[in-house]
Amino acid sequence: MSLIQSLAIMLGREPSKPRPEEYSDAARAIHEAKRAHKVNKEELAAIAAEQHEAHKNHTWRNRRWLTLVVINLLFVLSYRFDVQLIEGALTASRVIGFHFADLNSALQVTLAFKTILINLIIGTSTVLFLWWLLGGRTFCSWVCPYHLLAEWAEALHLKLAARKLVKDHVLHRRTRVVMYLIFAALAFGSGYTVFETISPTGILSRALIYGPSLALGIVALLLAIEVVYSRRMWCRYMCPIGITYAVVGAVSPVRVVYRPEACHHEGACRKVCLVPHVLDMTKKGFAPDDRNGIGADCTRCGLCVDVCPTGSLKYEVKGLDKLL
Amino acid sequence: MSSPAKRPPPPPHIQQEYRRRFLRSVLLGGLAVGGALSGWLPLARAHEARLRPPGALDEADFLASCIKCGQCVQVCPVKAIVLGDITEGFGVGVPHIDGRAQACDFSCDAVQCILACPTGALTHTLSKKEEVRMGLARLDKPDACLARQGAGFKGQARGGTFPGIHRYEKVDRWKPIPIADHPYDLELCDLCVRECPIEGAIRLVPMSDDSADRRRTPDVTEKCVGCGMCEMICPTEPAAIVVDARKKWGAA
Repeated sequence: MSLIQSLAIMLGREPSKPRPEEYSDAARAIHEAKRAHKVNKEELAAIAAEQHEAHKNHTWRNRRWLTLVVINLLFVLSYRFDVQLIEGALTASRVIGFHFADLNSALQVTLAFKTILINLIIGTSTVLFLWWLLGGRTFCSWVCPYHLLAEWAEALHLKLAARKLVKDHVLHRRTRVVMYLIFAALAFGSGYTVFETISPTGILSRALIYGPSLALGIVALLLAIEVVYSRRMWCRYMCPIGITYAVVGAVSPVRVVYRPEACHHEGACRKVCLVPHVLDMTKKGFAPDDRNGIGADCTRCGLCVDVCPTGSLKYEVKGLDKLL
Repeated sequence: MSSPAKRPPPPPHIQQEYRRRFLRSVLLGGLAVGGALSGWLPLARAHEARLRPPGALDEADFLASCIKCGQCVQVCPVKAIVLGDITEGFGVGVPHIDGRAQACDFSCDAVQCILACPTGALTHTLSKKEEVRMGLARLDKPDACLARQGAGFKGQARGGTFPGIHRYEKVDRWKPIPIADHPYDLELCDLCVRECPIEGAIRLVPMSDDSADRRRTPDVTEKCVGCGMCEMICPTEPAAIVVDARKKWGAA
């Protein structure tokens, strides 16, 4: 998949099946072989059993949750016990003395203040490099405290949905793009960092470090909407931080790679994914190549890696296997 | 990229779902944007300026440039700086000082909050406490002032349960202690002058030429930086002396 396509899908275009000339020879061979092979009853049973087992696997989720908790705890403990490892909050901080600034917060401030601040340039360069390396939206699933709460709200939503008590209402994915532009325009036009007023990431990060606030009501409201009305609404359709980091991560060396060869195309990965449009290529006959990097919107959360019974989805550092 | 051959339009129920999805997106997206914009209301209704930390830019620039990280909160040795809550609208996460509860007494010497600020919302052009201008002290209730009555003061300035802290150089050069742990015994109350961290910012002026007249009145000078220390230490309830946030010397 080209970079342009990957960005276009991140910005709201619906993914589509590749045209015939877009397949590599290797991918074409794999798809043809699969079409020729008829799956028999025993194989189907084996696949079902494999899937059942795969749903018990939470290796990457647990690693990720641990990382997220540790990073946020470092902020809290640094302040509470004055160890000065990570001072500040997720919006801006000093990590052992070095400036770090959240890309989206820095952008909001720059637009509102209309001044280029040298500290923010330093801070965003460090962060830009870090998240380019690790994959952009990796920030979302591995660091953002709202993501963790939203995952729990999502689990609750799915339980209620299974009992037909609630129903997921999808929004258009372009909502996020429109809101991104609106918030940028508002910051520039009003001179206030308007988005930060409701940003659950900033509110939660500050509440953890500096103590609870009434602003947590906004977080609670968002979570409530996600439980009863729209699954993962904020992260999927609204948060501008996601877009900022998705652009950074579009060309990252750390990524999830899909190999269609052993895949049963049963779609478990798409069901657990926050951004299932990036996994469109896992449908039967959709993969344009025998090794496919997952698109820009991927948060590298690893839920698909955990749930995949065939190991078709794996983390990869681009070029590292060639080097070794 | 050429578009694929024209597809037939989706069936009516799918089209209806598309319409609903569009409406939901507009409605909920609009709610989020509207919610964020409602942060303007508290600002529009604010009649009194907040006392901002040392070096704060003009209010509009300050709100624009603050990245709401709280690094100023973390370095303050007396924990004078607190972050605004959602009731402050756009000012959520923006630092301010409640002088009466805990004033800035420059215990840090080097204006640490300014050094900590990553965006220069607390301007980096200041380096000395004497250059700070947060506001201006004003004798708000002259009749309550003990010095104006020629009265002394004995005991804890703000009572035994007051949590505020202050650095008493004679007690400990480095560590601020609770004001409740530092009782006074003064023949004439001069707490606002005695504990003012800025030399010559406030003085006691005799109220008559009679040398037997003990009455003195606090007189704020141009050197006042508006840190709020006098307001915090004033033993009358409410404080006889207060700080007008953002007020400049000579302004009405």
